[in-house]
Amino acid sequence: MTPGLAIANWFSHLNDTTGVNFTIFYDPYDRARFLNGFWVTLELSGVTIVGSVLLGIVGAWGQMSRQGWIRWLVEGYIQLFRNTPPLVQMYFFYFGLSALLPKMRNGVGFEEPLINGFAWACLSLICFAGSFNVEIFRSGIEAIPTATTEAAESLGFTRLQTYIQVTLPLALRICLPALTNNLVNLVKTTTLAYAIAVPELLYVSNQIWSDNENVPEMMLVLFVIYIALVGILVFAMHAWERALRRPGLGT
Amino acid sequence: MSAKFPVILPLNATLQRQPGGLPTLRLAPWHGIVLAAIILFSSAAADAATGQATQAGVLAVLANWTPLLLRGFGLNILISFLSMAIGTVLGAFLGLGLITPSRPTRAMSWLLTQFFRNAPWLVLLFFMIFLLPFQIHVGSHTISLPGWLKAVIGLALPVMANVAEIVRGGVLSIPPGQWEAAESLGFTRRQQLWLIILPQSVKRMLPPWMNLYAILTTSTTLASIVGVNEVVTLAGQVLAAEGSRPNLLAPIYAYVLLMFFIYTYPIAWATQRLERRYQVRN
Amino acid sequence: MTTEPLVVIDNLHKSFGHVEVIKGVSLAVSKGDVACIIGPSGSGKSTLIRCVNALVPFEIGSIKVLGIEVNDPKLDKLKLRKHVGMVFQQYNLFPHRTALQNVMMAPIQVLKRPKKEVEAEAYALLKKVRLEGKEHAYPGELSGGQQQRVAIARSLAMKPDLMLFDEVTAALDPETVGEVLLTIRQLAEEGMTCILVTHEMGFAREVANEVYFTDRGVIVEHAPPAQFFSAPRDPRTQAFLSQIL
Repeated sequence: MTPGLAIANWFSHLNDTTGVNFTIFYDPYDRARFLNGFWVTLELSGVTIVGSVLLGIVGAWGQMSRQGWIRWLVEGYIQLFRNTPPLVQMYFFYFGLSALLPKMRNGVGFEEPLINGFAWACLSLICFAGSFNVEIFRSGIEAIPTATTEAAESLGFTRLQTYIQVTLPLALRICLPALTNNLVNLVKTTTLAYAIAVPELLYVSNQIWSDNENVPEMMLVLFVIYIALVGILVFAMHAWERALRRPGLGT
Repeated sequence: MSAKFPVILPLNATLQRQPGGLPTLRLAPWHGIVLAAIILFSSAAADAATGQATQAGVLAVLANWTPLLLRGFGLNILISFLSMAIGTVLGAFLGLGLITPSRPTRAMSWLLTQFFRNAPWLVLLFFMIFLLPFQIHVGSHTISLPGWLKAVIGLALPVMANVAEIVRGGVLSIPPGQWEAAESLGFTRRQQLWLIILPQSVKRMLPPWMNLYAILTTSTTLASIVGVNEVVTLAGQVLAAEGSRPNLLAPIYAYVLLMFFIYTYPIAWATQRLERRYQVRN
Repeated sequence: MTTEPLVVIDNLHKSFGHVEVIKGVSLAVSKGDVACIIGPSGSGKSTLIRCVNALVPFEIGSIKVLGIEVNDPKLDKLKLRKHVGMVFQQYNLFPHRTALQNVMMAPIQVLKRPKKEVEAEAYALLKKVRLEGKEHAYPGELSGGQQQRVAIARSLAMKPDLMLFDEVTAALDPETVGEVLLTIRQLAEEGMTCILVTHEMGFAREVANEVYFTDRGVIVEHAPPAQFFSAPRDPRTQAFLSQIL
């Protein structure tokens, strides 16, 4: 008997004897659904973490722009997304903006939106977390003495080179703890994709407990997974922080 | 070996928060003006596009539904109030548990805090909606638990964990010399905490606590996902009742945001003022 | 050796807001010469040499470096800075890079030169400033004097025609001042054109070809060091020197 089968049998037995019903461990259909949802949550988290950090980097660069209108644009974006509930943002993207886009016909002839729910969820979460990241990076940049960037300038670096080679690496080291906070928040916020029917972890779990009436069991699994995800993220960020540490720099 | 860098400046206040802390809500009066402008312009644009002969003007629609929407918003406020009250009381105890000398209590409190702070709010909300019975029997009385009341409990849990962290942070922000001084004067540990440390740290806890409330208020919109008839749910229903005109979407959601803005702005304003005041003093 | 001056500053004025910190300064430095600028703090010395490599913009007057007019709205700052190296009071090394990487960054990023070649030169430069064995240390692991010598090597890596030193020993512990001055003297002896803002009078006396004394935004007097230090003409110079020496 393979270990997998043994586990499945054990959970099946648990259900028969105690009524504690972890279908995802012995029912192949539920397991497949659940793993799919888990995968979607991972994708959602991965894409939005990378996207929002990049957006933060670009936005912080825009805030230092000499063009007034670029600074205004970034500032307006931050104010809009950091002060409104992310759920309303997501609704706005999914129902509001998608209504403005043309529909496409798929192979079977049905109408399909140009951008699907997953993409809208990514977009809206990236905008949400990105607005905080811009501010986080900006604070990091503000903490760097101008003398250091002046030195780069006098060596002939362009503004962009100075930003990428000197300002950003130093700012990153300063603002990593705050960035970690925000990314943890982001992973927790991916559950909002539920609201626009993206089949992520919470959504598939809801399907599973509706079919099997095993809410407490699924809740337990959900908690364990989210706390593990957050734990892994925090661990990775701390490892990164340690790897970036340089003698005499920061704490 | 001496490392002599030009001093790296301190991070600004919004970043100097507890690890895992919530973001700070920062609102300015012009946000409200922009929202009002969005409502007016998008309404005007919608009216111009459709022609008023067939459909009522958007502003008239908004006015028409305002009583209903306000009733929904009232529910949001009620939920936020109750969750905050419950969460604060529980969180205060949990927070004291985080700083007690007893190791097992501290470990248990830490575990609880971490759990409820790191679990997504929406999952906690689902948890309560599905697990709490729709009515409970206390002796001969039967108390019914409607969805919104379950939402109150669901939201009170993360509030509790965050309040606990705020309490801990506030107490730790008092210099250890205060404890030592109190101890050398013969105060018991309990007296040190209640007479010396807590009175000093309460005012430091106030700004993050108020910020938590502002965030909680906006987070009450999550209850719409689990079917509570709060303002976002009602906004969706209004949209449906008006025949799902896509050009109604922007004005109506902006209208909802404006309600939240009007309510949370004074809180955010007071929070920032307090923060600044304490910063100058310390 | 001295034909056309390498740096010509003509009637330079610089204001910050309403405060005029430089009120019409003119001077010329020939190739291979060392000019020392001394004077009380706040006399505009640092601002003056910051104007030379366009770190500080100015409106009135002219600075020509190798024929490049600095006061030109269309100035190609990169081209100017390839010719002008600058060392700061606070060293301003990049703390996230090792000594070697600090030296290599600009030639690779700005001049787009091949890494291999640059690396060999960087090792040689660090050896020249007597930091052999410290190539892979981070700035935080080096003493002030060592960091300042890395900063000098970093500037030299761009093969400048002119070096600017802005009170480079002012932030150093006294025992490490000597090693930095030794490095600068070595450069001067090799024929590098230098403008130094300094408080080290003994050093100025030894290495300078011309000493300029500035006070309240103007050059009060200038002379070769022997004459300047033994027979200052202006009462302000006399007062300043009597305070210091």
